[in-house]
Amino acid sequence: MNHLWQSILTDGNTQWVLLSTLLLGIASGVLGSFALLRKQSLIGDAVAHAALPGICFAFMFMGEKNFFVLLIGAAATGLLAAYTIQLITNTTRIKEDTAICLVLSVFFGLGIVLLTKVAQMPTGNQSGLDDFIFGQAASLVGRDVQLMGLTAAALIIITSLLFKEFKVSTFDPQFARGIGLPVGFLNFLFVSLLVITVVIGIQAVGVILMAAMLITPAISARYWTDSLRTMVFISGIVGGLSGAVGTLISTLGKGLSTGPFIVLTATVIFIVSMLFSPKRGLISVTLKRLKNDDRLAMRFILKKMYESGKETIRLDHLFQQSNISKLKFNRVLKHLMKKGYLHQEDGILTITKSGLMKAEQFSFVDEIMELKEMYPSELGSLDIHWIEKEEKETLSKEQLTKLQKKMSDIYIQYPFLNVKMSSRRGGQGYEL
Amino acid sequence: MSYELWILLTGSLVGLSCGIVGCFLILRKMSMLADAISHTVLLGLVMAFIVSQSMNGFYMLIGAAVAGLLTTFMVQLLNSSGIQEDAAIGVVFTSLFAVGVILISLFAKNVHLDVEHALMGEIAFVPWNTLSLPILGDIPKSVVMLGSVLLLDILIIFLLFKEFKLTSFDPSMAAAIGIPVLAVHYILMGLVSVTTVSAFDSVGAILVVAMLIAPGATAYLLTDRYKVMLLLSGVIGVLDSIIGYYGAKMFDVSISGAMAVAAGLVFFIVWMLSPKYGLISRFLNQRLTEE
Repeated sequence: MNHLWQSILTDGNTQWVLLSTLLLGIASGVLGSFALLRKQSLIGDAVAHAALPGICFAFMFMGEKNFFVLLIGAAATGLLAAYTIQLITNTTRIKEDTAICLVLSVFFGLGIVLLTKVAQMPTGNQSGLDDFIFGQAASLVGRDVQLMGLTAAALIIITSLLFKEFKVSTFDPQFARGIGLPVGFLNFLFVSLLVITVVIGIQAVGVILMAAMLITPAISARYWTDSLRTMVFISGIVGGLSGAVGTLISTLGKGLSTGPFIVLTATVIFIVSMLFSPKRGLISVTLKRLKNDDRLAMRFILKKMYESGKETIRLDHLFQQSNISKLKFNRVLKHLMKKGYLHQEDGILTITKSGLMKAEQFSFVDEIMELKEMYPSELGSLDIHWIEKEEKETLSKEQLTKLQKKMSDIYIQYPFLNVKMSSRRGGQGYEL
Repeated sequence: MSYELWILLTGSLVGLSCGIVGCFLILRKMSMLADAISHTVLLGLVMAFIVSQSMNGFYMLIGAAVAGLLTTFMVQLLNSSGIQEDAAIGVVFTSLFAVGVILISLFAKNVHLDVEHALMGEIAFVPWNTLSLPILGDIPKSVVMLGSVLLLDILIIFLLFKEFKLTSFDPSMAAAIGIPVLAVHYILMGLVSVTTVSAFDSVGAILVVAMLIAPGATAYLLTDRYKVMLLLSGVIGVLDSIIGYYGAKMFDVSISGAMAVAAGLVFFIVWMLSPKYGLISRFLNQRLTEE
């Protein structure tokens, strides 16, 4: 650990490596958000795999490991793969997922073939091209790192400059075309930026896992927000964080690949987001659902007593009628009694005056909702939001009057509704 | 039998079993799941090794099948919690694969299970790793495994032919007439996992994906009939692996890589020349209608 801090603080190369994986993470997070929303995440996967033959070609052509040339080779085959996928999907009945899978495996197979060819070359043994499969950030040196970092920075800047254009063409391409944006060119530009991101990332993350850098930060960010700007921002932070932390962890051991650790860091952030996000997280969603279930059970019990027309009912009788577990039944009942809607004595439940009021209110709301659903064209515009909002407290008398007036208004306006409803209610309405 | 014949036989068995199973993946639009499973199988192999401390093929098979089903299950879980499918697949397979790679480099460094082997396979060594069987004599282990998995595939597809067909083309109709769609889905995924892992050992992860998808996609461009597509896909799979083997021999390169490239080339040729869906015939047709 000490050694680690020392190398961060003093070793220039480590600092550069960290900075470049950080920038790479931010760039891939930012572009990944757009790719996710365009449903193009897995194209990144295919492009990453397809970069391998390009790297090998470039190496065979140059005979030495010039980082810049390798990147150009990777970008060339990556773009070729991206366009082959689109061509296959457009000209045949093969679906996009099959096309992606096909291109990915064939290009990667070609990469492996070329890799075995490279290994037979006299200079091939020390080529270190294997590092591209799983990523080895530590093997990056000096100018390579700077090139990578600068390219990542350029990607971030370009994307933020074209933010509005990308946003429009992602969500509503037709509208974008309408206001005169060159959508075709923007798509081409986006795919090219995506390819460049993948290409500069494979030295650090590896061809197989590069897809995760595009997907995982973006999908984690999606949990926290509904706004694209915030999502891109968070996704960039998540990407950068996982890039930096993953690189640090992998330097702890000797000869560990960087890629898997970067990906795992991102996955941990994803799992945390999935569980704990306040709005969509699994935990909060489950809690909300439980609460809602209780609310429904409460309404059910109150309405049951209200509709039976009697003031009292036996406890076990009510339980048999309600279709919920004993535990939940008792919990809901306790809550109702605490609120003062119900009163219990020797297994016999009595509904109080405020309980009846509440039940009346529930019945009204349900009735209006039902009507609204049955006749969406007539009543669709009817605003009953204010009742739902105030459900927590008992309605005041004047509010109830307002409700009844509204109901009678509806019946006057649409007389054909009246017959059904009045027969169902059976004249048991609570007198005001 | 000679060395070469065994390799050809292994390749053909891979092509046949993967080609048949792959058709279903293509028709159900689940090709990416094959890619995901072929990656996560690695984790299954590592876990099986760590638990059993041996390289016994049987444990490996079970481990890989479990990993495959786990992948399917997790993708389904994420998908049903509101994540779009491609992203769910991407998240699941990359993280499981990353765990697999890390576990290998931490625990299994000194055994024969290494990452390169998992990616590229060792089809060239298949003939030397033999198993003595009562009547047949010495047979390579991989051939025995691939042969039995192929039999299993054919048996299950034969038995559940109608169910597979219905759930592939019209899942809601299948559900309406009482076919357990989810169970069929998991049976198919189990089949894919087992096939993947049996092929994985000899040809590696890349070729498995290529063999699962390419023959089926090629056959899809040649016929409109379900049965014909299955048969054709198997035949094309065998063809791909034979061409690939001779190509690899000619250029002295990785056999499994060459097989994947051969599969790609065959697809490319069919894509251009197919009588009904080929690019050239489409172009000619267009010309004809214009005139």
